[in-house]
Parts: sequence; C-alpha cells; structure tokens
Amino acid sequence: MVIKSSITSMFGSSPIRPLQQHMEKVHSCVKELIPFFEAIVAKDFELAAKTQKRISRLENEADKLKHSLRMHLPKSLFMPMPREHVLEVLTTQDQIANMSKDIAGVVTGRKMQLPEPIAELFLAFVARCVDASAQATIVVNELDELVETGFRGGEVSRVEKMIGKLHRVEHETDKLEQQVRHALFAIETDYPPVDVIFLYRIIDWVGEVADLSQRVGTRLQLMLAR
Amino acid sequence: MEYATVYIGLAIVFGLFMAWGIGANDVANAMGTSVGSKALTFKQAVVIAAVFELAGAILAGGEVTKTIRKGIIDVSSLSGTPDFLIWGMLASLLAAGIWLLVASRMGWPVSTTHSIVGAIVGFGAAGIGMDAVHWDKVGTIAMSWVTSPILAGIIAFALFKSIQNLIINTDNPVASAKKYVPFYIFLVGFIVAMVTMVKGLKHVGVKLPFDQSLAIAALVGAVIMVIGALMIRRLKFDPEADRDFHYANMEKVFGVLMIFTAMAMAFAHGSNDVANAIGPVAAVVGIAQSAGEIVVKSATPVWILLLGGVGIVIGLTTYGYKVIATVGSGITQLTPSRGFAATLAAATTVVLASSTGLPISTTHTLVGAVLGVGLARGIAALNMQVIKTIFMSWVVTLPAGALLSILFYFTLKGMFS
Repeated sequence: MVIKSSITSMFGSSPIRPLQQHMEKVHSCVKELIPFFEAIVAKDFELAAKTQKRISRLENEADKLKHSLRMHLPKSLFMPMPREHVLEVLTTQDQIANMSKDIAGVVTGRKMQLPEPIAELFLAFVARCVDASAQATIVVNELDELVETGFRGGEVSRVEKMIGKLHRVEHETDKLEQQVRHALFAIETDYPPVDVIFLYRIIDWVGEVADLSQRVGTRLQLMLAR
Repeated sequence: MEYATVYIGLAIVFGLFMAWGIGANDVANAMGTSVGSKALTFKQAVVIAAVFELAGAILAGGEVTKTIRKGIIDVSSLSGTPDFLIWGMLASLLAAGIWLLVASRMGWPVSTTHSIVGAIVGFGAAGIGMDAVHWDKVGTIAMSWVTSPILAGIIAFALFKSIQNLIINTDNPVASAKKYVPFYIFLVGFIVAMVTMVKGLKHVGVKLPFDQSLAIAALVGAVIMVIGALMIRRLKFDPEADRDFHYANMEKVFGVLMIFTAMAMAFAHGSNDVANAIGPVAAVVGIAQSAGEIVVKSATPVWILLLGGVGIVIGLTTYGYKVIATVGSGITQLTPSRGFAATLAAATTVVLASSTGLPISTTHTLVGAVLGVGLARGIAALNMQVIKTIFMSWVVTLPAGALLSILFYFTLKGMFS
C-alpha cells in the first residue's frame, strides 16, 4: 500500500549536505595541485602524470555530484536561502575544480617545466591558493549550523569571521602572484617565449583558484545578508 | 422505535470502523514529526499515541462530538421523522470510513474531518433539504479550516523565534537550553490542561470554576516540568558530538521537550478527530435510546467517547504503527528544536479548536505549523507542492464524502422504510 502523507511529502531533500559534499570533493581535487607541482619541480613527470589523472578523476566525480544536486532542486522548494544563491555557489565551486583540472591538463599536455629560480616562490603561491580553497570548504561546512540557528546571532558573526579570513588569504595570494610574475619577468628572456607565455597563463589560472574560492565566500555572504 | 437495537449496533460497528481508519492513517501524521525528529523511538511513539489519543478523546473530545452530532444538521426540524437523522448519520459514517480507506489506499491526500463533514452536509442537503443544514455553522467550520493552519503557522513562527533568542543564538546554547526548556515543558502541560479543564471536562461531568481550573492547570504544568527537568539532568552530553555539528548537544535537550510535545499532540488529535467517528454514533444512540425523541440537550455518554478512543488504539496497533514508521523515516531533516516548535503550535491550535467545538484537520494544521518554522528560516528545504495536496483534499474529499453519503442514505432509507 502506498502511504503518501502530506507531512512526509512536505519535507524536500535538503541541498545543504550535497553542497558540502560537492565542495569537499572540489577541495580534494584542488589539493592535488601541491603534489602535482612538487613532482613537476622535481622533474618526476611520471608522478606528475599520475597526479594529473587523479585530478581529472576527482573533477569528474565533483561534476556528477553537481548534476545530482541540480536534479534535486526543483522550483517548488522553499528554502531559507534563495534557490539562485544555492545554484550560484554550486557553479562557483564547480569552476574551482574545472580550473584545477585545466591547470594540470595544460602543464602535462605541454610537458611544461618550472624554471629553477621561481620554483620555490611558485610552490608557496600554489600552497596559498589551495589554502583559500580549504577556507572556502570550512565556510561551506558552516551552512548546516546557519540553518540550525535560522541565519541569526553568534553563528552569523562566526561565519563572517571565516569569510573575512578567506578574503585575507585571497589577498595574500594576489601579492604572491605579483611576486611570482616579477620573478618570472626577470628571467623570461632565458627561456623559449612560448613556454614563458604559458607559464604566465598558468600563474594566472592558479590565482584564479583563489579568486573563485573567495567568490564562494562572497555568495554565502549574500545568503547571510537577507 | 422499531429498529432501535439494530441502529445502535450498526452505529457502533460503523463508528469503530471509522475510528479504526483514523487510528490506522491519521495518527501517523500527528506523530510523524516526533518520530521524524528522532526525539522518540518508534515504540515510544506508538505507546504515547495510544495512551494520549484515548485520554484526549475522553477528556476533551466532547465539544467537537457535539458539533458533529447536532451542530451541522438542524435536528429540531426532524422531530417528526427521527429515522431520517439515524439513516443519515449511519450513511455519513459509512461514507467517510469507506472514502478514507479507498483514498489512503490510492495514496490520495485525505482528511478525516473533511470527509465526515462533507458526508453530513451531503446527506443533510440532499436527503432532508437545504434548510436542514446549519449553513452558518458549516461556514464557520470551513473558515476554521483556513484559519487553523494560519494560526498554527503564526504560533510556530513565534515559538521558533523565541527559542532562537533564548537558546539557539546564545553563547552557550546547551546551558540556555537546560535553563529554559523546563519552562517550555511547563507551557505544554499548562496549555493542554487549561483548555481541557475549561471546556472539555464538563462532558465527563466535572465543571470547575475558572480560578480552580487555572490552579490545577498550573499544577499539572509544574509537575511535568519537574519530571522534564529531572530527565534533562540525567542527559549525558558528549563534547565530541559538537565538533562536527555544533548544536548536537543542545538538540538533545530539545529531545526531552519533544517527548512532552508529542504527548500534547496525541492528546490534541484524540480530542478533535475522534469526534469524526463518534459524533454520528452519539447522535444515533441518543435518538434510538430515547425512543425516537430527538433530545437537543444531552451530553455525549462517556462509553461512546471510550469507544472512539479504543477504536483509534486498535487502528494504531493493527496498522497505524506501520504508517508511523514510514512517515517518521520520511522526515529526516527535522531536528527536535524545529519539531517542538511545529508540533506544539499545531497541538495548541487543535486543542483550542476542540474546546470551541470546531472540527479541523490535524494534518493541515501541522502543515501550517511546519511552514511557520520554515518562514523563520529554520528548515533547509520544504516542498511547496504540499499546498496543492491540501487544496486537493478540499476539492476532492468534500464532494466525495457528500456523494457517497447521499448514496448510502437512500440505500438505508430503502432498506428500513
């Protein structure tokens, strides 16, 4: 016998846990950029290729989570935050994973190498960008607490502090990006021009990972503002 | 009266059937939020439902029973033809009971209240005459179907806002919960006891002055507050549980509160919905026993209230427990704090309606209460299509109950005259 109660059917599936799971998956993908570039610096291209495959696989898994969440977010759902904001956060999170996949893909595809003089600074830059993604994950993980408190009180200021930290981390990555660019500029004539152009592009993309992470935080801030 | 014993026998059988249906299906909705929020185990829910449905039916079910029995149909115009009323009430019971069975089998949204009211209005208007129906009373009842979910929503919104301010959004939610939850427990006991004393108890022969009722209600509230406080003190908190979700321990305290709220809800449901089954029985028994005379002023015998309560418990234990399990496991995102706000709001609205004799839909009231918590940004995702099912229940159940009861009315009329 079918039991269809109005009470049961009125509870839709919450998008919060899936959104958090998606971000966790995205971050696990971004994190791989550190061992990836370490392998590049160490010229262990076999390991780099392996890591690139892992990044690509994780991005794929994040994509699947994204699709299933979108499927479970019908217009008739009434949520404590606008549906559009949830979808925007999801899209931004997804772009972080895409960016990481592209970075690893181009670097392995073009068999790129990192010039010795900028290697250390570049690795620090990557690590800080990964930190931004980690901080975004922490912020997204507060969403269930926000719903529990009804988006009010101490929890809101706690999340705002977390978002503040995310902004600071992103700001640091901006500075590091400048330094890496300067360092590369100083030595760029010693390397084939096409390689250098692509190096600039990779620096740009790695910075984008932090930018997008910050945007996840900004979108969440919009949810708090209502 | 020629067929007095037959009539009473049929009324008891049909009434039990209807009460069984209510216990099998409807109780699950009332208990669903409690089981769903994990505040009660499934077994506890069944026991609480059985005890408090029965108590609600006997202690506070009188007013609604009176409405169903003689508020909808103008019985005074039927003094010459008492059999009409008996056939009509029997037909209404059968119609509502069968419709409930068919509709819940098909998975359609149904309200026991809507089916019985539709059925009684149906036989009254078509079988006796348009003038026989108290349209003003029917209008009031229909209005209460709109206002009860709204009122429950407002109360739930306010309750949730109050626990937000007093407990959830404080520096130490667990300590605040320990401090304030006993007062909410008091509130649960006080409201239910007060409403019952003022309006319900006179049907079991007790009538107390207002100040005495107030004192007893406060006493009842205080007693369960102490029990609740002791239960809270015995709780064991695990700081580890708060690492992942910072409010896990606070919710444990609300879990205690939810147990009492669930009792209030079962009581409220018993006080309002049991009348759907026994109101017509009381009407039939009243006429048949007084040898065809339609006694306008007569209280509902306690054994009939008991009959309804027992019917509900049988429905609950033979079938309803399965439905409670299903409904409970279907609601996963309701934490005890929200479950409490929604359930107490609904229970309060329902007991208020019971005391004024208005038959309302417990389920719809609960839906309104949950929406109220949702509007306070307290629930992650609510499916707004539920509003559609409520309208469906109006549009489908009222005419279905009416048509079936007209059919049975003329069948009975043909058989007995």
